[in-house]
Amino acid sequence: MRSLDLPLDSEVVESLSMGDMCELSGVLYTARDAAHKRMLEDAARGEPLPIDVAGQVLYYVGPTPPKPGAVIGSAGPTTSGRMDAYTPRMLELGLTGMIGKGGRSPAVVEAIAEHRAVYFAAIGGTAALLAKRIKEVELIAYEDLGTEAIRRLVVEKFPVVVAVDSRGKDIFAEGYKAFAK
Amino acid sequence: MRTIDASEVTSRIREMSIESNYHVDPAYVRKVEEAKAGETSSLGLMVLDQITENAALASAERVPYCQDTGVSIVFAEIGQDVRIEGGLLEDAINEGIRRGYRDGYLRGSVVNDPLRRVNTKDNTPAVIHYRVVEGDRLKLYFAAKGTGAENMSMARMLKPSDGREGVIRTIVDHVFNSGGNPCPPVLLGVGLGGSIEKAALQAKWALFRELGAPNPDPLVAELEGDILEAVNRTGVGPMGMGGDTTCIAVHVETYACHIGALPICVNVECHAHRHAEVVL
Repeated sequence: MRSLDLPLDSEVVESLSMGDMCELSGVLYTARDAAHKRMLEDAARGEPLPIDVAGQVLYYVGPTPPKPGAVIGSAGPTTSGRMDAYTPRMLELGLTGMIGKGGRSPAVVEAIAEHRAVYFAAIGGTAALLAKRIKEVELIAYEDLGTEAIRRLVVEKFPVVVAVDSRGKDIFAEGYKAFAK
Repeated sequence: MRTIDASEVTSRIREMSIESNYHVDPAYVRKVEEAKAGETSSLGLMVLDQITENAALASAERVPYCQDTGVSIVFAEIGQDVRIEGGLLEDAINEGIRRGYRDGYLRGSVVNDPLRRVNTKDNTPAVIHYRVVEGDRLKLYFAAKGTGAENMSMARMLKPSDGREGVIRTIVDHVFNSGGNPCPPVLLGVGLGGSIEKAALQAKWALFRELGAPNPDPLVAELEGDILEAVNRTGVGPMGMGGDTTCIAVHVETYACHIGALPICVNVECHAHRHAEVVL
């Protein structure tokens, strides 16, 4: 188990290998379908994005509403493949890492390798447990999107697996091979 | 003619929507627990541990197991000697969903229209299926269906010549290609025969069966066993990262079909198996 601080240094990203189990601590930003669409529409019009994604890590999540007194509701990863259409452009804008669940398209895996980025898989469905590792939440932009708004999270020991490393090694393309009968 | 008040329907649907999202089917969690003994991937084992730990935590703290609290699916079995008073059954069900999702702090995950895509904020409307049966009872089945798995569902019109082997191959290839997207270990609901929409309905209905209980027809039960074994040989594993535990159970429902047809639909269910039922 490796402990990593967020945002990630480029040397740290380079040192990660497919299948590494890691615990992340520091700042993340949430964004899923609608926030990606809107951010890239902003970028296409030449407007600044509500967050500077350069060097940052995005978490694909739409949490449940927090119960009274809770920092956040349940907050597990959503299916990353739905963000594939937007990801190469986000990587061009300097995004360093992503957290979600499930595989990425060949174009995204290629773009991750080209930009020396990393894609982490969190364990889908384990949203009560993952919410425990989220210590602070701040609404940043697109409040009208509700659960899909962009939020700044501070996480502590957030468990993930390196799914696509900076050399483009992809656990969803290779992981099954050792176990197929 | 027995009468049931619509408000009773609302209160039961409200309760089922909250409780099933906090407490996933304990039989599913037990199956995941049992699978650990046969899981040879260390990463896979870590995933299975995290799944059972999450189930215990969600239950103890009364919070949603998964942030995707799903689209609400309701099957209503209406005895033909029952009359609903005090409102439309459909409205009573939707009011129950509305209250459950609000009072239970569940996520509104439904948009009003597939093109306009405005969130209705209260998870309504539910997807409701009605069946008229004998008797003077109303039986309501509720499921919260997450979309990671639902999106990995599939319908296809096979040829009769594809036969049993074609059915198995189609399902295995499909699960393999879905990889980690549906959050394995999954449950597969399979509708075989009928027509395109009958197969889809049967596939969904199959998910409501007691987990792992075989189809009463021994020929179908044997098919279920063979599909399960073949899917678990793919190596897809927990969350698609490689391993021995891809599928927990296969439930196949069959129906008569045209001499020239072999419709098949696979409805995929994730490990967040949220089901409840009540008889009024």
